[in-house]
This record gives sequence, C-alpha cells and structure tokens, in this order.
Amino acid sequence: MSAEATSQATVRPAKPTVERGRLSWGGFSLTTHAVVMYLFLYVPIAILVIFSFTRDEFGVRWTGFTLDWYTRLFANERLMGAAGNTLYVAFVSTVVSTILGTLVALALERYRFRGRNATDALLYLPIVIPEIVMAVALLAFSAFAFELFQRITGQTLRRNLTTVIIAHIAFSISFVVVVVRTSLKNFDLRLEEAAADLGANAWNTFWRVTFPLILPGIIGGALLAFTLSLDDFIISLFLSGPGTSLLPVEVYNKVRRAVTPEINAISTLMLLFSISLVVLSQAVQRRN
Amino acid sequence: MSDGNAIELRDVVKQFGDVYAVDHVSLRIRDGEFFSMLGPSGCGKTTTLRMIAGFEYPTSGEISIHGREMSTTPPHQRPVNTVFQSYALFPHMTVAQNVAFGLEMKRIAKSEIGPRVQEALDQVRLTGFAERRPRQMSGGQQQRVALARALVNSPEVLLLDEPLGALDQKLRKELQLELKGLQRRVGITFIFVTHDQEEALTMSDRIAVMSQGKVLQVGSPTEIYERPTCKFVADFIGETNFIDGTVIEHGDNYATIETADGLKLRGITPRPVAIGEAATLSIRPEKVRMFAPGDAKAEHAFTLPVKVELVSYIGSDTRVTVRLNPQRTLDVWEQNTFSTLDRDAYWQPGEPAVLVCPPDNALVLTE
Amino acid sequence: MALNTLERERQRRERRNLTLLLSPGLLWLVLFFALPLLIILIYSFMTNGPRGNIVWQFTIEQYTTLFTRSIYVNAYLRSIWVSLLTTLACLLLGYPLALFIVRQPARWRTPLLFLILIPFWTNFLVRIYAWQIILSNNGLINSALGNLGLPQLNLLNTEGATLLGLVYGELPFMVLPLYAAIDRFDFTLLEAAADLGASRWRGFLRVMLPMTMPGIAAGSVLVFIPTLGQFVVSELLGGAKVDYLGNLIQRLFLRSNPPNWPLGSAMAMAMMLVLLVLILLYFRTTSEEDR
Repeated sequence: MSAEATSQATVRPAKPTVERGRLSWGGFSLTTHAVVMYLFLYVPIAILVIFSFTRDEFGVRWTGFTLDWYTRLFANERLMGAAGNTLYVAFVSTVVSTILGTLVALALERYRFRGRNATDALLYLPIVIPEIVMAVALLAFSAFAFELFQRITGQTLRRNLTTVIIAHIAFSISFVVVVVRTSLKNFDLRLEEAAADLGANAWNTFWRVTFPLILPGIIGGALLAFTLSLDDFIISLFLSGPGTSLLPVEVYNKVRRAVTPEINAISTLMLLFSISLVVLSQAVQRRN
Repeated sequence: MSDGNAIELRDVVKQFGDVYAVDHVSLRIRDGEFFSMLGPSGCGKTTTLRMIAGFEYPTSGEISIHGREMSTTPPHQRPVNTVFQSYALFPHMTVAQNVAFGLEMKRIAKSEIGPRVQEALDQVRLTGFAERRPRQMSGGQQQRVALARALVNSPEVLLLDEPLGALDQKLRKELQLELKGLQRRVGITFIFVTHDQEEALTMSDRIAVMSQGKVLQVGSPTEIYERPTCKFVADFIGETNFIDGTVIEHGDNYATIETADGLKLRGITPRPVAIGEAATLSIRPEKVRMFAPGDAKAEHAFTLPVKVELVSYIGSDTRVTVRLNPQRTLDVWEQNTFSTLDRDAYWQPGEPAVLVCPPDNALVLTE
Repeated sequence: MALNTLERERQRRERRNLTLLLSPGLLWLVLFFALPLLIILIYSFMTNGPRGNIVWQFTIEQYTTLFTRSIYVNAYLRSIWVSLLTTLACLLLGYPLALFIVRQPARWRTPLLFLILIPFWTNFLVRIYAWQIILSNNGLINSALGNLGLPQLNLLNTEGATLLGLVYGELPFMVLPLYAAIDRFDFTLLEAAADLGASRWRGFLRVMLPMTMPGIAAGSVLVFIPTLGQFVVSELLGGAKVDYLGNLIQRLFLRSNPPNWPLGSAMAMAMMLVLLVLILLYFRTTSEEDR
C-alpha cells in the first residue's frame, strides 16, 4: 500500500455496513411481479394437467388418481377422429405454406421489383386481420365458389377437410414469410459469392450453401404454421361441415355442453405434443 | 466543513461477490484540481468513479462531497455530474433538449433555461448546433454535447469516465488540451478516469495510480514519473529497465544492491529498505548514458558493461537494446542531437558499450 | 442504347426466376385471401333474401342498420371498449415482465421467453376451460374460500372474467415486442438521466418510455386487433350475457334462421375500418421516430 493511502486509512475506521447494492431500479418488485405473472400463466395449465388424472367426473375436484380418462379418450372415436383430422390438416397445410412462403421470402429478399410494397402489404394483412373477418370471408367465398362450380359443371361440392386446408395455407403463408425473411436478412451474401468463386452454379449454391443456413428459419416458420393450424378454432368453426370433424371445434362443443376430464386428457396430450415438437426442432437445428 | 476537499473517500470498499473491485481506497481530492485516476482495465478506477457519482454504493467506507457524507445518496440528489464513456446522449431529444435536461429536472424557469443552454454550447464551441440530433453529429461533437450537458448544471465536481476513448489520436490530443483549458476557465474540480498514461500525465494536476482495486500512489505527474514508489507504477508509467538484486547497504535516501553477477548498483529509495532484502533497480531508458568502452566517465555513478544487440532509428531518437547478461537486456534511448549521415556515429549491433548511470537517476524498489 | 444479348438474356432469366418464386404464394393469397375479402365487401352492399340467400341488389341498408340499431352500435362500442381495456391491461402487466426478462443474465432470457410462449401451445379453448374450472362457483377459488370460511365470490359469467380470459390469451403478443424494444434500449441513458437529477420515475417517463414506444405501439396493435373480433371468450367466461361484434357476426352467419350474410359482412367491414384507422396511426407513430 502506498504511503499516502496507509496514512489516510487511519483517519477513521470504517463502520462495517450491510452490503449496499448497486443503484436499484425496483429489482425486488419487478421480480415479484414476474413471479406472479408466470404463476398466472401456468396455474391454469397445471390445473388442466393435474385434473386429467382426477376421479371426479366433473374435473373440478381431486378425488383420487386415475388414468381412466386417458383410456376413455383413446376409445372415444369421435375425438380421436377429430384429432387425426386436425393433425392431417396441420401437416398438409404446413408443408404447402412453408414451401410457398419460403419461395416468396426469397423473392422479396433477393429481388427488386415494382409492386414490392403492395406485395408486402398483402402479406401483412393476414397477420393483422381479426380471424373472424377472414373466417366469414372464406365462408362466403367457398359458398360463392361452390355455387359457381355447380352452375358450370352441375356437380355439388361441399366444404370438407380440403377447404380447411386451403384456408389454413392462406393465413400461414404470411407467417412463414415473416420468419424466413428474418433468417434471410441475417444471411451473409458473401458466402454465396465465395461459393460461386469456388465454381458452384446457382443451383448448387442454393442447395449446398444458402439452404442449410436458412434451414433454421424455415423450420421456425414451419413450426409456427403447424402451431397456428393445430390451434385454429375460428376458421375451422366457420368452415366445418357435417363431414369435417376437427379437434378445436369438438372441444368447443364439449366445453359448451358436457364437460368431462377427457378434455383435460386431450389437452395435456396436445401440450406434450407441441412441446416435444419444439424441443425436437431445436435439437435438429443444433445439430446443423 | 470541507477544508478544501471537494471529494473525500475514506477506506472505501466495493465487493462484487468474492471479488474486491475497490479494496480499501482512501483519497482526498482538492477543490479546483484536475485529478486523474489511472490504471489498467479492471483496476477499480471506473467503479470508484461510479461510487462517487452514486451509481454504485460502497460495500463499506464513506464518500463525502464538500464535507457532506453522501455514500448512499441516490445519484439524482448528488451535486456531481458525469460525462459517460459512450456519451449517453438521449437520441430522441435535440442537442438543446439534452443540455437542458438537468436544468428541467431542477425545475428552473423556462425563461432561464434557454440562455443557459446557449451559454453552455458556446463554452464547448457548439454554437448553432442546438436543433441537431445526436445521431447527426460526429464523435467529437457528441462528446462536447455530453460535456455541455454536464457543465450547464454547475456541478460541484465533474466526473469524466474515459471520455476520449472512442476518438482517434489526433482528435484526442486536440480535446485533451481543450478539456484542460476548459477546466482552468471554469474552475470546477474534474475527476478524470483513463487507462492512457500519457493522457493522465498531460492533463492532470495530480494522478492516482490504481491496480487491482488499490491505490498504489498519488502525486503530481512529475512525482509519479520521476519518483514511483513501487515497481508497478514505475513500469506502468512510461518505460523502465528493471535489474534485480539484493540490498547490501543503505543510507538516508539511497541503497546499493548487488546483482547475481556481482554488479553493485546504487539508487534512490522511496521507502526504507533492509540489508539482505530482495530489491529491484529501476532506471528509465532516457536517463542512462551510453559510451564506448574507455570513453565513459563515471563520477558518482555506477557503470554497466553491455553489448549492443538491436538498434532502432526513430528519427528524433535512437533506441538501443543492449544485453547485460544472458538473462537480461536493457533499453537505452538517446536523442539524436547531432545531424550526420556518418554510419560510424550510430551504434551498431554487436558493439560493446558501457552504460553510465548517476544514482539520482535510478530507484531501488522493493515491490 | 441497346443492351447486348447476354445482358438481356440474363435479365429475362431473372424475371423468370422471380415469377417462379413469387407467383405460387401470391396467387394463393390473391385467390384465397384477397378475393374472399372482396366478396364480403360486395356482399355488405347486397340485400338479404328471405331464405338467407344473396339478392344481387345494391343497398346501403346494412350499414344504416349497423349505425342506427342500438344492438349493433352497442356491440361495436362494447368491443372497442373491451379491446382497449385488454390492451391497456396487457401493457401494464407486460411491460414490467418484459423489463424483468431483459435484466436477467443472457442465458436465462431465452428460456424465460420460451416459458411465456408455452401456454400458447395449448389449445386456446382448453385454456379458457381451465379458467372456468378456477373461477366457477364450485371451482377452485370458491372451494378454497369456502374451506377458509370466507364468503363465495361470483367470478364466472362476468365481464371481468371475459377481460381476464382475453388478457390471458393476448399477453404473449404484448410481451414479445416489448421485450425486443426494451432489449434495444441503452440503460446507460437511465444512469445519465439520474446523473442529471431525474428521480427513477422521471427518468423512466422522460427517457425509457419514449424510447420503447415502437415496442408499445407494435404490441398494442397485435393485442387490440384480434381482441376486437373475439367471441368465444365472452361466451365461455362471460356467460354470453352481452353481445360483442364477434358474437353478432357468428350469429348472423351461422346461427340465425335465416342467416343474414350481407349484414354480417357489413359488420366485418366495420371491424376492418377500425383496423385500418389503427394501422394508419401505428405507421404514423413509427415513421415519426425515423424522422
């Protein structure tokens, strides 16, 4: 220690004080609020899962553990059928919208063209529009189209799963575009230049350099499209007919009338399914 | 009762977990002085500054501003202002609004704010920039806005946290002189944090050299440079040569050490030493004279036989690296006071030489 | 000046590539999104036939009905009101939450954000159902109150329950844009504000709030718009006691006998009007920032 420092240290011994932290911006109350918020978000989920195992047939009290509701669920043909349909619709609409959306994203990020702003506007509209407006629009459109079809060919079409798939693709494309565009924006074009320099043509460059690097973005977009389709209720409600049984609509009907813990069971399963899907996609992305 | 001390730190400690960022620091900074805290990254200088500003509270110890204890007073209630390293100008406000901010917080009348802002801008030579936005201005200009924004509040002390760090060399030197001049004119105590020792030496009235949370030495630039009290300060400020040895005799202010090779070297002792203690001789490259063997006159000085190894011609001076022994080389700087193209006038590698060092030019340091 | 043939060939190829990339997706959107919207726009000016069929006769009576009959005006105002309340509630609850996450060490932030999104992956209706369990008269809260000897509360089938359900569903859409905006915020500015004499609250109002406004605007738009069209939450948690725009549209399209598609279309268009105003406001606030 320097001479000056030691001489000054004897001026007054410092009182030991409790650790005085840094200038706080309300850290404690922020943390409390956050904890309350997370509880708020998860208590209903926890209740849902826990009460899928209760004996109580109304699912509001805990009267003992049972797996009955799960077994009954798997025996419930209607619900299982609806679940299958929903998965089928989600799968198909995800594949198509991801492909279409990725192509559009590539076009928007790599090319300049007139009408770019108009395209942007058109793409953002499905994201900001209230779902019910889109649902009634599609309902009206399908009725109109079917009538037109009948006038022309004499054949009657009815709304079915394909109708729902078409609708889901229509609103998913925009979301895929947004996600893939972000991925493309972060893509370093010099990598493509390097590939070209090394002799790769456009096709090879795309598949061996660009595509693997934007794949996380594409997967993210696909995941979003899948989730949106799986969870979609309003459009499914408006477009479903006698032949189409979709899970969210079945759940809606059950919730409005007679509720049994089978609902809890299926939602627990759906939650597990969604979570594992995301975990899987993260694992795949990490390996790349 | 402030007895001329603008800031007083008494045994201040700041702990982050197990780490002592500031380790029992005591300082007295006088009114009106330009005081610098100098040291390498992580030495605690910025943390100390932040505690004076109020962004951190000391774990223990006291901080007083003009005699008033303020260790745990929140920053917005302290009569000090800070110029941040990143300037921290509010991007959504104009220059004038930025500068006026502190006055608005004090609820000064609107009619008075306008002229004072103008005056502050004039003071930092930014007249006419009032309506600009920070992002439209260069780094040097932004720094001056930050300065104006702080000074307009007439703080008792101005704190500057490496304000010139982001600027290029030329601009830095310009602004160093400007800041020094400004401080003289305004008369406020400036506390300046930097890791650039040249900057500290140029601008300061006094410097505190810090390392690992401790203050190693406080003094004027001359004191710090000519009479460092420990090896770290001798090495951190400027350049120096170290030769290790053991103390064999000592007197009032001097001591003689003997090296492993049997060389006896004499130098000033800033601290008392004991016979047999391990010590190091510190001698700066410009303070030693170099002669060809036979030419050396060594009255009241010690000599070192060496061999020239490397010669760097810088233009204004020649920097020579000489070898003392297989383990140790020394640096010698000579000003080229003669102008000649004759090769023999300059040192050549491989030449033998003798270093002559007056005892007043060397220090014997024990830590 | 004539371009050489190689250059023209290259441009033609580029044009072709662009068309290939763009047309499938755009075509789909035009056909299955823009066109349907156009159709209901047209329907909104048509007359409703006695069997619920469309009579191709231009009229503005659908719109006059909307703006004169109290049932529709009330639903319109009520929907706007509940959307405003929901947005405000999400803002007040979401801002501190986003701030909390930003202040955590980097490796905790993504998991914390993730945790906010996970409820989003459960079926929306089922989450509403969970709130029914919690709020109903023999549900969790009232059972707990009963066990403690406290009086029962009527929580379900109230407008408060509707608000709760809406906030629950929309909160992530407010938190994410807020998080992005607060993450970009330079906290040194708050230190500078404090250094210049601003108390913590004044520093927040004068510095942090204006600078995170883009996030607030984005989050507000993302919450307000879907809430405007909701109908399930008010039905299942609010007891379907009052009508919102969404309920009426659902009724006119699906449940009425005969259905009244023109009137329903007009209501949908009225909703789009609010939307357009909002988006214009949003673009005005965000473009002012860039200026």
